[in-house]
Amino acid sequence: MDEARISRRGWSPRLWLAGGWLLIALLAAIFAPLVAPQDPLAQDLMLERLPPFWLDGAEPGYWLGTDSLGRDLLSRLIFGGRIAFIVAFAAASAACLVGSTLGLIAGYFGGWADRIISRIVDIWMAFPPVLFAILLVAVLGTGLSSVILAIAIIDWTRFCRVIRAEAMGQSRMDYVENARIAGYGRIGIMLREVLPNVVPSIVALLSLEMGIAVIVEAILSFVNLSISTDDPTWGGIIAEGRLSIHQAWWVLVFPLVTLILTVLSFSQFGEALKSRFDPVLR
Amino acid sequence: MLLQRFLIRLLTMLVTLFGVAVVVFVVIRVAPGDPIAMMLPPGATDADIARLRALYGLDKTIVEQFFIWLSGVARGDFGTSISLRQDVLGLVFNRLPATLELAIVALVMAVAIGGTTAILGARERGTAIEAGIDIASGAALSIPDFLWGLVLILLFGVLVPIFDISGRVSPQLDLPFVTQFYFFESLLRLRFDLTWDLLKHMLMPAIALALPLAAIISQLLKQSLKEVLDLDYVVLARVKGFSETQVILREALKNAALPTLTLIGVQFTFLIGGTVIVERLFSYEGLGNMAIDAVINRDLPLIQGIVLVFALLFVLINLAVDMMYALLNPRLRHG
Repeated sequence: MDEARISRRGWSPRLWLAGGWLLIALLAAIFAPLVAPQDPLAQDLMLERLPPFWLDGAEPGYWLGTDSLGRDLLSRLIFGGRIAFIVAFAAASAACLVGSTLGLIAGYFGGWADRIISRIVDIWMAFPPVLFAILLVAVLGTGLSSVILAIAIIDWTRFCRVIRAEAMGQSRMDYVENARIAGYGRIGIMLREVLPNVVPSIVALLSLEMGIAVIVEAILSFVNLSISTDDPTWGGIIAEGRLSIHQAWWVLVFPLVTLILTVLSFSQFGEALKSRFDPVLR
Repeated sequence: MLLQRFLIRLLTMLVTLFGVAVVVFVVIRVAPGDPIAMMLPPGATDADIARLRALYGLDKTIVEQFFIWLSGVARGDFGTSISLRQDVLGLVFNRLPATLELAIVALVMAVAIGGTTAILGARERGTAIEAGIDIASGAALSIPDFLWGLVLILLFGVLVPIFDISGRVSPQLDLPFVTQFYFFESLLRLRFDLTWDLLKHMLMPAIALALPLAAIISQLLKQSLKEVLDLDYVVLARVKGFSETQVILREALKNAALPTLTLIGVQFTFLIGGTVIVERLFSYEGLGNMAIDAVINRDLPLIQGIVLVFALLFVLINLAVDMMYALLNPRLRHG
């Protein structure tokens, strides 16, 4: 509650940190070829398992050290960010579009539409999500578009459930009744009156979903099912780090820290947006 | 009233399971890869391939295949695993106890950690202790089980190596167990040496699964406790001279627990869903780990069997939660 009051007036320090991290990571990913100190794919067995810069044996230009094939870790993380952000934005937007639309229809129209959509959501909720994702990518074939599609197919229910409940609440409000009396059509009311009132929830969920998408992509890369093994991904680097954990801990630590910061930042944004838009707190 | 509610729920549950079966069946059969081609050596003739396809029923139409499979399932026959050449149901029952044990230990830990921090936070409300608990639970909630698992591997597998980071039990040990519930059976047989070895393997994946749920329990229970602590009967208990901890444990807890109990039930299914990747991370020989192998090997009967068992588990838990809620909630009980 107190936090919500602070965030209403301005940005809390935590939100500044979250926004700062996401901005840096996003800019680094966009300008990866300019920012990355090395070629992320260049292997050099003379430079294998170099430690990060503050330890003995580090080489200048390889700030975070190298992996077991002598590839520069920092450059791989920067290029891996490209995949992570593309997946985050594309998968979350697609899940949002499908889930919010179905949620709005189920919540506002009720009746048969609601019964059918809710039954599908029940079926979807009975799948273990990670297994479902792995299964879908195995079926669709590995690749960036498969990963995005798989995440969207699985996670639309998150939007659908929340937006359905909100739209249901909104459609019982007086203003909706007034609009109906004023002669507006059902779809017109849904789009012009109900939708704007559930947008805050949609935006907050979207931010949370971006964090989830980044994790799911990392999990898929970890089980070697994401995109091609050549392109560096955060999950792929983690899988390498998990194998060489006793020889080169940094190959696991740095991608892990990157992932945790990114996920925490997205969820901080989601929470702040939720409390900022919450009419009760406002 | 209760019976009617139960029967309706049971019916929806069957519809959901049927839906899951249809979705899995359709999804894995549009897959481009041919599982039969993967089984045979490169020099196999077309006749060999056709014979094997017929053996696994893959030469029939998808609708026929579905109903053949479904009638088998109804008789308890889930088919034969293509990659392991064993009965699917046997394989699943062999691995399910390992996953259930892990999930139950994780659930107990989540309730213990979440409950303790909630009670502590409610007792110390408005202080730095409560603020600290809020920050910790916020972080525990935002970071998913997969990442917690990796953090724990680094901390207690590498930095301070006190736990084992892979497997379910040390391979050199001689196991006298008759069930697959190794951990519970070791406790019953009083073989605490084996219990300790199992725990050393199980603790890290269990904590990774428990932390996000512990955070949810902590936040919700603390909120409910704080609401109850302002009510008249609690104030009365305080006036009677009970200490704040006694007031919480003896008076407030039982009235504040219902929303949390319901939530735990729903969240438990998410926890079980998380075992898939956490088992993979720790090479723990459970159902989820086998499921990932089954997907990679395109083992259609095994994938179907595992997904259906997971789905059955989820709907049964939801049914149990729903019934428990109906029994415990006075408004529904007398309504």
